[in-house]
Amino acid sequence: MSKKETLIAYLLRLADNALILGQRLIEIVTAGPELEEELANANIALDYLGQARMFYTYAGELEGKGRSEDDFAFMRDEHEFRNLLLLEQPNGHFGDTIARQVTFDVFYRLQLEALQDCSDKRLAEIAVKSLKEIRYHLRHGTKWLIRLGDGTDESHERMTNSIHGLWRFTGEMFAGDELDEAMKKEWNGPDLESLKGEWHEEIASILEEATISLPDEEWMARGGKNGQHSEHFGYLIAEMQTMQRAYPGANW
Amino acid sequence: MMADKNWPLYEVFIRSRSGLSHKHAGSVHAADDQMALDHARDVYTRRNEGVSIWVIRSSEIIASDPAESSALFEPAKDKIYRHPTFYEIPDGVENL
Repeated sequence: MSKKETLIAYLLRLADNALILGQRLIEIVTAGPELEEELANANIALDYLGQARMFYTYAGELEGKGRSEDDFAFMRDEHEFRNLLLLEQPNGHFGDTIARQVTFDVFYRLQLEALQDCSDKRLAEIAVKSLKEIRYHLRHGTKWLIRLGDGTDESHERMTNSIHGLWRFTGEMFAGDELDEAMKKEWNGPDLESLKGEWHEEIASILEEATISLPDEEWMARGGKNGQHSEHFGYLIAEMQTMQRAYPGANW
Repeated sequence: MMADKNWPLYEVFIRSRSGLSHKHAGSVHAADDQMALDHARDVYTRRNEGVSIWVIRSSEIIASDPAESSALFEPAKDKIYRHPTFYEIPDGVENL
């Protein structure tokens, strides 16, 4: 892989993470438990979409083959997406959505903080811009996790099950491969090992405040970063892509 | 029955720019003070309307009684001398 191809591949992982999580959150638009929470969710979903667009656009420009953000989002097949398995997991109930949100956003914030200092200027700028949004998402999600974990007996039990149920998808974030290695070496990118330590520390402190037991180390699922997705993923992109597949190039 | 489960109401005040005062923007429901701030941010500053937010439980606001409005406000109506409209503006004063 040339240096340019490596950067494009890394950008597509970032973009796919943001797009797929955004798409998941969009599925629950109009289903919010309160009007205010409804708007919060829609705001958060749109933040991810905006970030995905910046990453895709940059990847398309680097590639130089005329692919637009829409081509990346709507015209690629399942195996070409490189998002984490965690993010394609179904929304479940509100506690599941929050568990997915907080475990990812703590990682994503650390990743973006590291990317602020990477040697690719444009990527660093996108990271700076995105960080402001992610810090707010975390503030929102963390408070909910604590509120529900340290809430009633029922909310505590359900929030605990959500965290423990998704735990096996958290390992993939830190399972580095040659792409992560290249990003670290060539562009002064994130060091996943040290991110893992910081992530664990931060998640442990949130869970403690939420009175939720820290899950034991267990087998960790992986595959999304290399295009091997869970059974849920096909349905997700089928819904996301149906319009562009039926009417290629359709515009508002 | 649902009434018991409703979150309390908060009034939201937004300051649009530094130097201006906070203005009443509307209200939100929230379970606690911090959530009220977040909700106010999500509902009332989505289009870049604000640089500062105040929230306060609606039940904490002390309001004048509409039944007393004639006693409170009518007497000011015929006191036009309280408006600074009787001064001659000297020549040469601009921007007044």
